[in-house]
Amino acid sequence: MGGFEPQGRWQAGAFLAAGSSSFADFLTMAAPDLLPRAQHADGQAAPGGGGATAGLAHGTTIVSAVFDGGVVMAGDRRATAGNLIAQRDLEKVFRSDEYSCVGIAGAAGIGVDLVRLFAVELEHYEKLEGRSLSLEGKANRLAGLVKANLGAAMQGLVAVPLLAGYDEETASGRIFSFDVVGGKYEEQRFAGIGSGSVFARGSLKKLYRDGMTAQDVVLVLMQALYDAADDDSATGGPDMSRRIYPVVATVTQDGYRRLTEDEAGRYAETVITERMRLPDGPAAPLGITAS
Amino acid sequence: MPFGYVSPEQVMKDKADYVQRRITQIRSGVVLSCEAGILFVAPNAYRALRKFSELYDRIAFAAVGRYPEFETLRKAGVRYADMTGYQYDRRDVTARGLADWYAQVLGSLFTESPKPYEVEIVVAEVGKTVDEDELYRIIFDGSVAEEHGFVVMGGQADRVAAVIKEQYSASMGLPAAMHLAIASLAGQGSAGAEPLTSGELEVALLERDRPHRAFRRIIGTRLDALLAEARANGGETASPADAG
Repeated sequence: MGGFEPQGRWQAGAFLAAGSSSFADFLTMAAPDLLPRAQHADGQAAPGGGGATAGLAHGTTIVSAVFDGGVVMAGDRRATAGNLIAQRDLEKVFRSDEYSCVGIAGAAGIGVDLVRLFAVELEHYEKLEGRSLSLEGKANRLAGLVKANLGAAMQGLVAVPLLAGYDEETASGRIFSFDVVGGKYEEQRFAGIGSGSVFARGSLKKLYRDGMTAQDVVLVLMQALYDAADDDSATGGPDMSRRIYPVVATVTQDGYRRLTEDEAGRYAETVITERMRLPDGPAAPLGITAS
Repeated sequence: MPFGYVSPEQVMKDKADYVQRRITQIRSGVVLSCEAGILFVAPNAYRALRKFSELYDRIAFAAVGRYPEFETLRKAGVRYADMTGYQYDRRDVTARGLADWYAQVLGSLFTESPKPYEVEIVVAEVGKTVDEDELYRIIFDGSVAEEHGFVVMGGQADRVAAVIKEQYSASMGLPAAMHLAIASLAGQGSAGAEPLTSGELEVALLERDRPHRAFRRIIGTRLDALLAEARANGGETASPADAG
């Protein structure tokens, strides 16, 4: 059962057989060659082992933060292959369904495949079952997809996501990060992944406050991405001349919404104008006055 | 139990007779193309057991007959659609492709299994305009028919279709289409039956102007509102001669 008939068409039997509501499981049974490259049942080795990563685009910064009633995610646009900028306008933040979004760091090809499979997985479940997965369920499912990529990850083809979504049960935004073995971690307040996340998180620590509005959170994330690009060559800052800005998306009870190019441009403009005056960005107050 | 040779004609005829006898007992459902999109209406007292479902972005599945059988076909169709869209692109999933596939599946099932599936299926795709709407009907033996404007599925199909044909127009608004659908369905079953209430109906719509996923169930307060509009609409169109 599964696979192609002698004439080359998919066997109906594979589709009719009662099974799980997971699209990834269905592909594994019926068409494993369609899975993201590394998840073949026979665990094929990546070409050339670890050396292959030199030719693949990776490196990034994705940041996310919650506000009252939702969550924002922002990602830079640069893809690097070694010292070369492979792409200036790569999108790394994607709508996975109406109430969640995913940002990816690592090998771009694998990450994009992973998110594509995840989005179909969510829609597939919803159509078969007649209801959407809970946000927790979506996070667990994404963890499973990441875990299935472990074989390739160990050969250097790492792809890790950051998931942000609106949880209808708690009426709040939530953020989940993952590690390569498929571990799932809920993040409080803000989070960042990618090569520039170290710098972004430092910036977020100083700028983020509880109770901020959605607009303030977008600005904070823009600042964090700018700081990441300032110190990480694999992270791209806003390209004002080409009008290539970070992808910024919010998820609230009204659903997923990506900022338009104009809106993102205005936030980028605000950040850059201020940086002309204060290159290191807004200074955080010391907190304790020295006596 | 008869042993020995049974001619293929006899086998096929027996199977077809069996299904056709049983299908006449199934209550009808209607699929109507109107200005707002493609409307699906059927009597259904169950909240959870659905006759109408989403297959893909602008494509929906409608069925009458034995629930376990058409549920299996529905799920298989969702898997096939998602697989095709994933392997190629979302735009490459079409109602025509799905209808062809269902024809193939039902055809094999009819020929090869001892008991054919007692189902009648419609695959519908809403276009940018009413002219571009596509309706395909697939019956238990895998025969496909391309329909225009509306499709009636199930037992009393001829009687129900006659009512619709009289008043149907492709430019109908949603309330008018709803009114026509309910009026046509009221005739089946016991004579002089009460019009169906919202608790006895399953209604869905492939909304023409909805981006991405067009399929929406019409339930709860939205269904009540639509039924009220349909009733009001029916009152207006019922007696033009009196308006003077």
